[in-house]
Amino acid sequence: MDDATTFVTIAGMAAVTYATRSGPLLFLAGRTLAPSAIRFLAHVPAAVLAALAAPALLRPQGQFDMSLDNAILWAGLAAFALALRTKGFFGPVALGMGLVAAVRFLSGA
Amino acid sequence: MQQSQSPPPARGTLWNKALSQTLPITLGYVPVGMAYGVLAGKAGLSAVNVLLMSVLVYAGSAQLVAVGLFAAGASGAAIVATTVAVNLRHVLFSAAMAPLLSGWRKRELAAFAFELTDESFALHAARFGRGDRGKELTLSINVLAQASWVAGTALGVALGDVLGDGRAFALDFALPGMFLALLAGQVGSRSQVAAAVVGAGLSLAACGLGITGFGALAAGLAGAGCGLGVEKWMTRRHL
Repeated sequence: MDDATTFVTIAGMAAVTYATRSGPLLFLAGRTLAPSAIRFLAHVPAAVLAALAAPALLRPQGQFDMSLDNAILWAGLAAFALALRTKGFFGPVALGMGLVAAVRFLSGA
Repeated sequence: MQQSQSPPPARGTLWNKALSQTLPITLGYVPVGMAYGVLAGKAGLSAVNVLLMSVLVYAGSAQLVAVGLFAAGASGAAIVATTVAVNLRHVLFSAAMAPLLSGWRKRELAAFAFELTDESFALHAARFGRGDRGKELTLSINVLAQASWVAGTALGVALGDVLGDGRAFALDFALPGMFLALLAGQVGSRSQVAAAVVGAGLSLAACGLGITGFGALAAGLAGAGCGLGVEKWMTRRHL
């Protein structure tokens, strides 16, 4: 993709991102969404994030890998466990990055 | 000590307060922004485009997903559609903030919305909960948070060549790590767990079939539909 097309794509990303952030704030004042829409939206983050996380963990190199060598997977599970306990955000990410970096350093990978 | 009804603070104290409240966000945004800057450069984006994305889009997980899609040669339409799916959760944050900002003017709301991220939402929800509702402070915190994201990005762009592919620093963990940390905050009910399991399973199946780009988006929306179904079923059964 050339730089101009890339920029148009970025502008599109910016527009849709702003729409998700500003829509309810600007147009919902005094009104509410239909209850079923709210219930559907309440399930979107979990499903989409899991759909994005699963291949990143289980197919880090593009093929299925559940071996002990898959540092991303095992560090990811540790980070997820910490995130469930603490509800923190950067602590789990830092833990996972530290684990992956340590494993690679020690194994010389 | 927090005062619920304090007068607007003077300039200097305002930014000092904003800096100290934004610090936890800054500590996270700089390294993850760096990871984004390095990976986006590796994906072949120009330095200007890499920085513009952090200025205009300002959504960490969506930007890292987009970098992966750019590197894989996905179409612009697929990248924008996936951005919608990844950022759809912001509709919920925005709806949750609406009653808290009821006295704000339209253009103030418009400015606030531009910098509404997972982390700023969490911070402001906590602040407003304890009566810390200053408009200037709220907007200053948002500006500082985005400044640290852009600064991290610039560092990543500048250091891209030094850091190599970033594997030694586990930069490739930044994206899955972010997904997992966000996911942990989204699986509070059993129907949300069901939505996550179905979304993950369908997404892996799509990858196995070689469907990339729209695959994760479709899997996520189908998973959300299943979660809604499970919730309705549980309500009917009074579970």
